[in-house]
Amino acid sequence: MDGLNIPLNHILLVSSLLFAIGMLGLMIRRNIIFILMSLEVMLNAAALAFVAAGAHWGQPDGQVVFMLILTVAAAEVAVGLGLVLQVQKRFKTLDMDHANRMQG
Amino acid sequence: MSETIWLIPLIPLLSSVTLMLFGSRLKPSQIGMLGVASVGIAALLTLLLAVEFMQNQQVIQLSLWTWMEVAGFAPGISFYFDGLTLVMMSVITGVGFLIHLFSTEFMEKDPSYARYFAYLNMFVAAMLILVMADNLLLLYLGWEGVGVCSYLLVGFWYQHNANGHAARKAFIVTRIGDTAMALGLLLLFTQLGTLDIQTMVGEANQTWQVGDTIPLIACLLLVCGAVGKSAQLPLHTWLPDAMAGPTPVSALIHAATMVTAGVYLIARTHGLFLLAPTAMTVVAVIGITTSLMAAFTALMQTDIKRILAYSTISQIGYMFLALGVGAWSAGIFHLMTHAFFKALLFLGSGAIIHCLHHEHNIFKMGGLRTRMPVTFWSFMIGSAALAALPMTSGFFSKDQILLQAYQLPDIGPALWAAGLLGALLTAIYSFRLVFVVFFGKANTEPDKDTGWRMAVPLSVLCLLAMVGGWFMIPVSEVFPASDGSHPAHWVEYVSISVPIVGVLLAYFIFYSGRLKIDGLANSTLGKSLGQFWFSGWGIDWLYDHLFVKPYYGLANMLKGEPVDAIYGLIVALNQTFNHWLSVAQSGRMRWYLASMVAGLILVITLAANLSGGSL
Repeated sequence: MDGLNIPLNHILLVSSLLFAIGMLGLMIRRNIIFILMSLEVMLNAAALAFVAAGAHWGQPDGQVVFMLILTVAAAEVAVGLGLVLQVQKRFKTLDMDHANRMQG
Repeated sequence: MSETIWLIPLIPLLSSVTLMLFGSRLKPSQIGMLGVASVGIAALLTLLLAVEFMQNQQVIQLSLWTWMEVAGFAPGISFYFDGLTLVMMSVITGVGFLIHLFSTEFMEKDPSYARYFAYLNMFVAAMLILVMADNLLLLYLGWEGVGVCSYLLVGFWYQHNANGHAARKAFIVTRIGDTAMALGLLLLFTQLGTLDIQTMVGEANQTWQVGDTIPLIACLLLVCGAVGKSAQLPLHTWLPDAMAGPTPVSALIHAATMVTAGVYLIARTHGLFLLAPTAMTVVAVIGITTSLMAAFTALMQTDIKRILAYSTISQIGYMFLALGVGAWSAGIFHLMTHAFFKALLFLGSGAIIHCLHHEHNIFKMGGLRTRMPVTFWSFMIGSAALAALPMTSGFFSKDQILLQAYQLPDIGPALWAAGLLGALLTAIYSFRLVFVVFFGKANTEPDKDTGWRMAVPLSVLCLLAMVGGWFMIPVSEVFPASDGSHPAHWVEYVSISVPIVGVLLAYFIFYSGRLKIDGLANSTLGKSLGQFWFSGWGIDWLYDHLFVKPYYGLANMLKGEPVDAIYGLIVALNQTFNHWLSVAQSGRMRWYLASMVAGLILVITLAANLSGGSL
């Protein structure tokens, strides 16, 4: 822990930035692959916040949750890529705006 | 015989049911045989009954079974037979039999021969139940029964829309009177606890004084029923339209029997009417007004059957006048003679219509005297009786009515004078009919003369119309005796001479042409008055605008379901909201996301602000 003492606030700032970038990507990207990647970024932003908090208070819980988030992300990617394949198959495109048939 | 009077209505009823069920499998000759024979047997049984009654003058009360029993109310299927019933039954079965026989030739070519006789037999059965009923409820059953049969027979040729319309009109207009009559029955039952006619009248005489209000109301309600059924003002408009039915039907139902049911009802319950002198005056005034109104209208008609229809209304007006002045037996006597000569006239017109390719307009006939001699003599005798020329049957009955009306205190002479005016008009319009149809030059050639099945009923009715006035109807036990005094001789002389004057007027106007009325008829007043009378005093027009049109307007308004509109508003509101919300459901993921983020930011900002910075 010596020599590399980064204040918690900074890490949380980076985490928030990552989260905002991911969310922005989610909102403005149309390609479904990029949307998935943006999701990953957001997940990792949250994970970073947990790890930083765990390190700050010297508790293992942060890393435990990080492991959980990693698992969730892996599962999400597995399902997500399956969906991507289906989208490609059906719409012959990866543009999410074309998959808008569930509208009122 | 007295134990078997129930057979008399039963036989036509059975025949009717048989014809309804198996009519399509029978040959026309068998149908005619069954239809005529059933009424013929009923007529024979009535004749036997009449012979027996003439010997022992015994009133028969026969209770078959209890119809229903609810809380002390137990009307029976029971019959009451006295002189009045006998007169009615004789008319129904006797004239009915002749008309049935006539029908076999008149309706020969009709494809619905069996249906016709089924209805006609059912009518006879219902009418017999009406006059034989011991209590007012059973009478009401027969009353509605004849109404239904009238409806079915007026609309017999239902393929034409107008006939169906006439049938509905006949049914609905009489229904107005019947509703009032049903109310009258309910009132009588709640007040007296019975509907049995004899018991009821006895009770009424013990309970009420002459001039009390309740018997007056009850009587007026009964009069409403009678007015509807007997086509008196203001419910008479259905009868001229009812001429849409086959002519023998008009003869049987709309001249001889059913339309006189109202007269019978009042005569049967005369014990009640004696307690309500005001109701009797109302009856007399209705009768004489209707009589004059219809006579003026008949003067202008050109359709042979409509002339006879208005004449029927007018003659029933005389019967009402008789009942109203307390000349009960004269009223019933006129009912009987009218049945004879009006059935004769209707059957005669039926023969003309039958032989003249269904021509109804009298001005397209003419010169039929030599070509259809039997019909000509029928019409001569029938019209003479209708006009009450001396020695015919109509003379005796109408004379009695007028003389008894004259003796009524106060309004008596006025009623008598109005009745005389009616008699004058009657003579004019009936002989106008004779002169126009049978004399002059022929406009349409008859393609055949009447066959024997038409000639025989006409001849028998001719005889009855001539000598019917000599019959003594056995009703002296039924009605209170009149005082038997006679008015001054000049009254009688005037009564006798007025119809003769009428016939002479008709002769000079319509036959010799010596009396010119063209100038009078073509003047403005004459024209508009003639048009007014032709339209039946505009009463149809009035009812059309007063009741029918507003009713249709209301129905049209309700067709749009104004009450449902409130619930419709709720539906519309929901649909609008639904529309707005479903616009948000665009199917675009990024939109959802963006709105979620925006919402999230909004919530967090709010929470941060509201918590006062402690977050």
